[in-house]
Amino acid sequence: MSILISKDTTFIVQGITGREAVNLTRENLAYGAKIIGGVTPGRAGRDVYGVPVYDTVRDVAAKHGTPDGAVVCVPPRFTRDAVFEALENGVKLIVVVTENIPRREVAQMVELAGLRGARIIGPNCLGIISPDEAKMGGVGGPAANTRQAYVKGPIGVMSRSGGMTTEIASTLTAASLGQSTCVSIGGDAIVGTTYAELMPLFAADPETKAIAIYSEPGGRMEAELAEWVKANRSELPIVAFLAGRFMDEMRGMRFGHAGTIVEGKEDTTAEKIARMESAGISVAERIEEIPGLIKKRLAAQGVEV
Amino acid sequence: MRFYEYESKALFRRRGLPLGKGRVVASETEAREAAAEIDGPVVVKSQVLSGGRMKAGAVQFADTPDEAAAKYAEVLPIVVKGEKARCVLIEAKSPVAKEYFASVTWDGRRKLPVLLFSDMGGIDIEEVAEQHPEHLSRTHFSTILPLSERIAKEAISAVGVTGPDLVRLTPIVFALMKLFLEYDLTLAEINPLARLEDGKFLVLDGHVDMEAEARGSHKALLTELGIGEDETRQARPPTPFELEAARLNAVDHRGIAGNVVEFDGNLGLVIGAGGGSLTLFDAVRKHGGKPANYCEIGGNPSMSKVRNLTRLLLSKPGIEKIAVMMNVVSNTRVDIVARGVISGCLDAGKDPAEAVAIFRIPGSWEEEGFKILSKYGVDYCDRSVSMYEAAGRAVAKMAS
Repeated sequence: MSILISKDTTFIVQGITGREAVNLTRENLAYGAKIIGGVTPGRAGRDVYGVPVYDTVRDVAAKHGTPDGAVVCVPPRFTRDAVFEALENGVKLIVVVTENIPRREVAQMVELAGLRGARIIGPNCLGIISPDEAKMGGVGGPAANTRQAYVKGPIGVMSRSGGMTTEIASTLTAASLGQSTCVSIGGDAIVGTTYAELMPLFAADPETKAIAIYSEPGGRMEAELAEWVKANRSELPIVAFLAGRFMDEMRGMRFGHAGTIVEGKEDTTAEKIARMESAGISVAERIEEIPGLIKKRLAAQGVEV
Repeated sequence: MRFYEYESKALFRRRGLPLGKGRVVASETEAREAAAEIDGPVVVKSQVLSGGRMKAGAVQFADTPDEAAAKYAEVLPIVVKGEKARCVLIEAKSPVAKEYFASVTWDGRRKLPVLLFSDMGGIDIEEVAEQHPEHLSRTHFSTILPLSERIAKEAISAVGVTGPDLVRLTPIVFALMKLFLEYDLTLAEINPLARLEDGKFLVLDGHVDMEAEARGSHKALLTELGIGEDETRQARPPTPFELEAARLNAVDHRGIAGNVVEFDGNLGLVIGAGGGSLTLFDAVRKHGGKPANYCEIGGNPSMSKVRNLTRLLLSKPGIEKIAVMMNVVSNTRVDIVARGVISGCLDAGKDPAEAVAIFRIPGSWEEEGFKILSKYGVDYCDRSVSMYEAAGRAVAKMAS
């Protein structure tokens, strides 16, 4: 099984005629994705690798039925409107690839998604992949590269960095640990779906036996995860890696993603590590330690992988 | 990007928040004039971005214009947490009866703005939160429903404020909330918000932080406030080296090759964007390496962009070698980066085999990239060498 997406998930690409979106469409199709249409205002009637282009989400839905999901790959100043359009047309899973969107607009998208019973992944993310099932977004790049890094298996992955999602999957794959679903949740200060919000989905997935997490300074997302693990007495082994430890000495500077600025005590890596460890989450010092720690945690539970 | 107090107040003034008389001064003479205009006791405040001015002695009081001039000279040279004063603000000192606190910020967990209000202003709000939680209210509000005064009123009333104070505070706090959303702020804070002896309210100190991503939407405001485009407003001002890197990044829209932060080590870093760069910077330091800079590369930068950046890094005094490292990539073309790096080395008059400590970018078009690198004798590796090991190899070369 997988979470969020499966072989049957249908989706559209908003902004499909843009350069990045064209690549993304080709790569997703080559991985077996069911892209039923694309949207670029004023470009109706064209096609991108055989995917018909429409002016509006409403037109795609009228012709092909409401898609399960949408990948939004439009410039920052049009992103909020594109997400609203998908939400108002009944799309329930929206992957926002675009970066550099001000927090206010992200908050507006997320708030409307909440009112419409929909979920946003991202912004500033590479999307979702369930190896051998489907992928939705730029995660893993071209299908051949994706197949090299990602293989089917029992480990769920959540990452604030798109690139590091693939690095971690590649490291797990090299250690014969395949992945159930990997979610690039996005590198911004506010993201549509946090670690803690994905946990109930992974916990309910019979295929997922353990979780690997890539994390960074800034924000309260790790504290929220630690609280979720404690409150739910979750037994699912979690191994986290925290990058950017050097930033603890440099308050107020921003490195990497928009979400990494350290503003308070809870945002430092030292504090995050302490909180996660107190909730029973193992924290790896290096990426290559993740597979070993996962195997150790699973062995302690008598789970064979 | 943080605003100085005087800039925050200029923004507050536009939205009708109550402010005392005062102005920014740049000399003792101006300080004396400003105090004479105010014609009463004044407060002389150093303008720095960091907190802790009061403790550092960079906020002083004066009763006469001559005293104000003397205090100006005293306050100006004080360095607060490593930061020199940009200028000095002279304001009327008001007879305060009680201090309040109002702040709007984002709550990343709830994904909503949150209004914090307290009737214990003037001190550290973290302390109030811990020791007097009943004196601090937290009120989340919608970003899509129309903003209403009701929210401000409820937040103020929640800590027990009633009567004329509630009625007078509500529009002030409401204006702060509107300002927060209107200008894409990440922080809008008034502390203290004072009730004077005559019952009127006044903003004594305030701070505003604007989202870097939203700068483009508020150009007019920033220009009016005199905030330059090359002011990053991070914890310290950018160096000429950082500004040059930013310029190189900006002239070519393809991919990222920039976001440079300068350090005083000897190993130049060209490291994978976002997460990869944080991971690799840590790894270099863990191996005892001394980074000369932090510099992201990502997306699909053009060869010329990588070349210019490489040349810039190698031109920095003290840089002995550069390490080019990323996580497994999917859309960055390894061969293009390899070409850019080699050509940048050659432009700088260096032998790529000597100048590049290690090249670790595994992924798309890697075979072509590796071919080019081996032709020039550059040490490279594929994904079988971890990011941590690659960093170790680079650091080992510095020692040898």
